[in-house]
Amino acid sequence: MTEAITADQTGADNPLLARRTSKRWLITAALTTAIVVLPVLSVIILALFPEENIWPHLLDTTLPRYLSTTLQLMAGVAVITLTIGLATAWAVTMCEFPGRRFFEWAMLLPFAVPAYVIAYVYTSLLDYAGPVQTTLREWFGWRNATDYWFPEIRSLEGATLMIGLVLYPYVYLLARAAFLEQSPSLFAVSRSLGHSALSTFFRVVLPIARPAVAVGLSLVLMETLNDFGTVDFFAVQTLTAGLFDTWMNLGNLGGAAQIATTMLAFVVILVTLERYSRRKQQQFAARDNRDPIRRFTMSFPRQLICVAVCALPVIFGFLLPAITLGQYAWEYFDESWNPDFIRNTLNSLFLSGTAALTTLIIGVTLAYSRRLHNTRGMQIMMRLSSLGYAMPGAVLAVGVIVPLAAFDNQVDSVMRETFGVSSGLLLSGSAFALVFAYTVRFLAVSAGSVESALQKITPSMDMASRSLGHTPGQTLVKVHLPMLRGTLITAALVVFVDVMKELPATLILRPFNFETLATYVYQFASDEQLAHSALPALIIVLAGIVPIILMSKSISGTRSIS
Amino acid sequence: MRLKLAATAIAAACALPVQASADGEVNIYSYRQAYLLEPLLNAFEEETGIETNVVFAKKGLAERLEREGRNSPADLVMTVDISRLNELVERDLVQGVDNDTLEENIPENLRHPDGKWFALTTRGRLIFASKERVEEGEITTYEGLANEKWNDRICTRSGKHPYNIALFSSMIAHHGEEKAEEWLTGLKDNLARKPQGGDRDQIKAIHAGECDIAIGNSYYYGNMLNDENQREQAEAVRLVFPNADGRGTHINISGIALTNSAPNRDNAVRLMEFLSTPKAQKIYAEANTEYPANPDVKPSGIVAEWGDINPDDLSLQEIAEHRNAAVKMVDRVDYDN
Repeated sequence: MTEAITADQTGADNPLLARRTSKRWLITAALTTAIVVLPVLSVIILALFPEENIWPHLLDTTLPRYLSTTLQLMAGVAVITLTIGLATAWAVTMCEFPGRRFFEWAMLLPFAVPAYVIAYVYTSLLDYAGPVQTTLREWFGWRNATDYWFPEIRSLEGATLMIGLVLYPYVYLLARAAFLEQSPSLFAVSRSLGHSALSTFFRVVLPIARPAVAVGLSLVLMETLNDFGTVDFFAVQTLTAGLFDTWMNLGNLGGAAQIATTMLAFVVILVTLERYSRRKQQQFAARDNRDPIRRFTMSFPRQLICVAVCALPVIFGFLLPAITLGQYAWEYFDESWNPDFIRNTLNSLFLSGTAALTTLIIGVTLAYSRRLHNTRGMQIMMRLSSLGYAMPGAVLAVGVIVPLAAFDNQVDSVMRETFGVSSGLLLSGSAFALVFAYTVRFLAVSAGSVESALQKITPSMDMASRSLGHTPGQTLVKVHLPMLRGTLITAALVVFVDVMKELPATLILRPFNFETLATYVYQFASDEQLAHSALPALIIVLAGIVPIILMSKSISGTRSIS
Repeated sequence: MRLKLAATAIAAACALPVQASADGEVNIYSYRQAYLLEPLLNAFEEETGIETNVVFAKKGLAERLEREGRNSPADLVMTVDISRLNELVERDLVQGVDNDTLEENIPENLRHPDGKWFALTTRGRLIFASKERVEEGEITTYEGLANEKWNDRICTRSGKHPYNIALFSSMIAHHGEEKAEEWLTGLKDNLARKPQGGDRDQIKAIHAGECDIAIGNSYYYGNMLNDENQREQAEAVRLVFPNADGRGTHINISGIALTNSAPNRDNAVRLMEFLSTPKAQKIYAEANTEYPANPDVKPSGIVAEWGDINPDDLSLQEIAEHRNAAVKMVDRVDYDN
């Protein structure tokens, strides 16, 4: 949790900033953090009272495998997402090739496909009984599995690939936003000093984009750590699988909470290490929108390589799954078409929109408070408020239920005693509970990206604005927010799509008769017949695509292009 | 200030009232898919005018119920798997129902002694054998699955799945832990592939020739036969009702329980009664090709074609009691790898 602060990164030491700033920002941030941390705290408290000590049994049997599988999965996904995300972000930002403008937003498409859906689709395509292997057997006259070798899709490698395919957009999005915000003159200077484009990329571009890429990667890793749908389907035994086994099969919620807390420590260490490694870095981009990016013009073969690099992830992460889903949707259209679609879609859109807005407002509040008061306490608050993301959704949902139900029952008791009426449950089981859970879960996304972008704005901006008589609040609205537009849109987009796909917490917390697209799909998926709900699954994807395109266009708009 | 306003607006927009205020309602926390319940609940609404509200999830509803406490709007919990019903009793989340209709309709071995849960449907955990590669009568018992002749020929889903855990629990109940573990080790050695997928996937694997024998719940097979895209795969297998000539086939249940808080208790009991009646039993069992719990209702359609099931009369309670032992046994045997 600690972080060596050698250099003050935001200029908060500046007397101009510190002296006149009221404590209001700090108090707001502290209150917000306290509320957001409640669910995580609840889980930690649950962990203190397990039904039975599970560790001896785990240590004897499965724990080593859970741990090594989890680490392998995370490492694999990191490699895949970094490779795809960075290469494509760089290509669409800096290279000129046919279809570039299309790929700018198309690279994000796999993001709209939930991991459990893509896993299902590829399994049905690639497993022994699927069309690919059946065709191969026909061609080559193989009789059964002993005659030939074929990669097993339901494996650690398969899960790594599936998860990597749908998560690389995190890295792509944040890396691209960072590349767009970089001053082209830096690149030019490096080239003029004799560095090749590649060497410049690794020596100049990447180090500057590193905070953003690190945020992207840490989001990817936390998502990976929490994935249950895919690993369960592929029978890959990660810590999360062990956690649910402890909870559901051994009926030991406390033990499950202990595993969740252990995973939390995992994440904290990860994030701290990354921050520690760039503790001495500080950089302020003097962004100048009048200085347009000059893209490389390349030879035709190189252009083709660019197209291929961008096209492959889109084909495998989106196109193929979407076509397969489309086929299923067609086959089962009659039984899967139902009039509730419109309502479920509206529910999904409402929740996603509300959650995106809420996390954005809170994320900006926290990040800006930290800019104004860069104290150890404020840094710890930032870390704490992001912990929800590192917790499996279902466990977090229980963590949300605990404080809400306690609050409701407390109010109810007081009402009964004082007025003789029961107020019942006010917040539990309402849409508020859902939005609260999403906020706790996805705050890391918005707070993290806003913070990393804010760090790149030079404090002289604040000083100029403040010396002209603006309050911190006015400075935020008039100076920072316009400069952060790309980042803000990106953060809102990620949260929006994430909530669209979110399943475990939504299932547990939702009101009566309330379905989102994801919960509707899950009904069938949980009964081993996802094909029956291919239509709503497609709609999740489509509903995610529209905002992706809109927002992607507005991110590009943050930078004039020559 | 602006922030506070926004926050207030959001909170106001979200706090939709969820109070079960009107009478004429009943609220259900369900571990069963809403589409399975829909025809039943519609019939109930038609008959009584009582509205039904459902939340469906596969986990966490018990925790929600527990935390909501006396103010929980839920009247009923509907779930599958005896262990889950047992858990509701052990955590003291459900109350006993003393009701003549229910006691008449649901046999004693399919309900809690104090009426804290009632089974509504049963399903057998069967063996599916390839019509092509396995002779009739070659496999007839669960015990036989550990026989070396099936080496590399068996497929199952994860050993940790509740349906397998319940089966392994019943093996512990019949043979004791040591023997059961030997049997499970033998079964594991016979697996053609790492346990994966769901029960349907095992049938698909037999059809594809990946294995010759699989374990699965009866209704998955029934539902595959009813799905024209999966019928051909289902037709590749023959049903075996294990131990039919001995102690009987292992069954599991789906059931219902009345919560402690039940704000609409009378309506809830009416729904419970309704669900045990022949009319509802027929709808419910058919919706998922299961066996009705009410002995007066004969299975219909394809389930009837399978012939009678001779269920193992081991008490379900006992199966639930061995659950933890079974889970740990699966870990020790390292069944899933």
